Amino acid sequence: MNLAELKVPGPTRTALTAPFWAAAAEGRFTLQHCADCARWVFYPRQLCPHCWSPRLQWRDASGRAQLETWSVIHRPGHPGWAPAAPYAIGIVRLSEGPTMLSHILAAEPRLHLPLQVRFTQVGAEVLPCFEPLT
Amino acid sequence: MAAIIGIGELRPVRSSTGATTLGMIADVARLALADAGLEPGAIDGLLVGPQVGETPQHVPATVAEYLGLRPDMANVVDLGGASGAGMVWRAAAAIEAGMCEMVLCVLANTREAEPLRSPNRNPIREFDVPFGASGANATYAMIKQRHMAEYGSLDADFALIAAAARDNAQRNPEAIFFGQPAGVAEVLASPLIASPLHLFEIVMPVAGGAAVIVASAAAAKRVPQPVVHLLGAGEKVTHRALSQALSLTSGPLKPAIARALGRAGVGIGEIDVLSLYDCYSIMVATTLEDAGLAPPGQFGAWLRDADLRRLNPHGGQLGFGQPDLAGGMTHIVEAVRQLRSTTPMRQIDKARLALITGNGATMSEATALVLGGAA
Repeated sequence: MNLAELKVPGPTRTALTAPFWAAAAEGRFTLQHCADCARWVFYPRQLCPHCWSPRLQWRDASGRAQLETWSVIHRPGHPGWAPAAPYAIGIVRLSEGPTMLSHILAAEPRLHLPLQVRFTQVGAEVLPCFEPLT
Repeated sequence: MAAIIGIGELRPVRSSTGATTLGMIADVARLALADAGLEPGAIDGLLVGPQVGETPQHVPATVAEYLGLRPDMANVVDLGGASGAGMVWRAAAAIEAGMCEMVLCVLANTREAEPLRSPNRNPIREFDVPFGASGANATYAMIKQRHMAEYGSLDADFALIAAAARDNAQRNPEAIFFGQPAGVAEVLASPLIASPLHLFEIVMPVAGGAAVIVASAAAAKRVPQPVVHLLGAGEKVTHRALSQALSLTSGPLKPAIARALGRAGVGIGEIDVLSLYDCYSIMVATTLEDAGLAPPGQFGAWLRDADLRRLNPHGGQLGFGQPDLAGGMTHIVEAVRQLRSTTPMRQIDKARLALITGNGATMSEATALVLGGAA
């Protein structure tokens, strides 16, 4: 299944989150980093959820992660995804610390599988999906 | 010490075409009031849920007006599946603060054949949905998958939970799966929806409603029903999206249950009735471990040794059906029935103490109650 052919809902950007998606469209994986407590933040926020500092700065991140859990979706919650089923989603722990949900491009997912970001056209959008680390 | 003096519950149905949420709230509120033997004028507090389809705002005022109530305290409780339990604790707190004396806590929902899609514009919609993760099946599947990968728990362990719920539902003629038992083999043979979750490990969405009336201990003495007291409560909210959870194998119910038991001065081993929120098989597994009934990863062994008739005797939501937010309230209604000893088909012998859990979103919002009866 070519995910680019799907008719599915894309990200609902806000002014604050737009840099994350714009970077993805250019093939860069960027995260907020707190200038006060030095921790990384995902998803993008107005303040650091660890120390409430407003001084969050965009920094390019490694794009490395490991798989924390996953599911192979046989009956998608959104009908637009039906042509792609079965497909895998998962929660990944980024090397920088935060966790995020993503689309997992792996034939045999397993706990703590090392991953790397793979920018993938999904419908009309380029999304940071994850594949096994090569 | 506050008490629950009235209960009401609507029979779940798959679709309620033509019905309104306000109409169903009225039906179930009337049942609870009649159960308490009260006149409507006795109600001076009102707690409602957020999802009245025809009423996005001003929900308490709309419900009060519809029912002809003039409450001294009114509010919305928005804790997903923990809303019912959250209402009971808030009602008790409002009574203790002197705001009111008798609180109607009511949840009901209609269900159309083709439910509307959510209009969310929250972080889940922006950062989860675009990757193909819509709905709770996907997220609870990932909780189950982590449990299996980390602890080596088996599909058959989880299937025991669903099979026990179906078995208990055979002693509840109101349950959506009354007359439709399913054993472990049938659960495992049901279609995979989101691996490793099978269809029969997932609640059936239904239309329905449930309500309770909470009163001060003094007011409770004036009603005819056996009194059921709120002995302890605890609550915790940790996240909304599963990707932001602190743990995938333990949830906010762990501290909530510990606090509820602590306030009640009761050990988990003394609990007679386990009325545990069961939107999915995995939710019961995690709750048994978070409650300290089984060590982490060991719920399966606990299930094989336990008398599963005292775990959600009414069939749980897996057997009864899930009337949206009211699904959590059905666990309270059943616990009260058990503590009153009014369930001849499924009465737990000498039921004196019940633990109720409510769980919202994906192990996000948690409220636990300990109720005590007179037996």
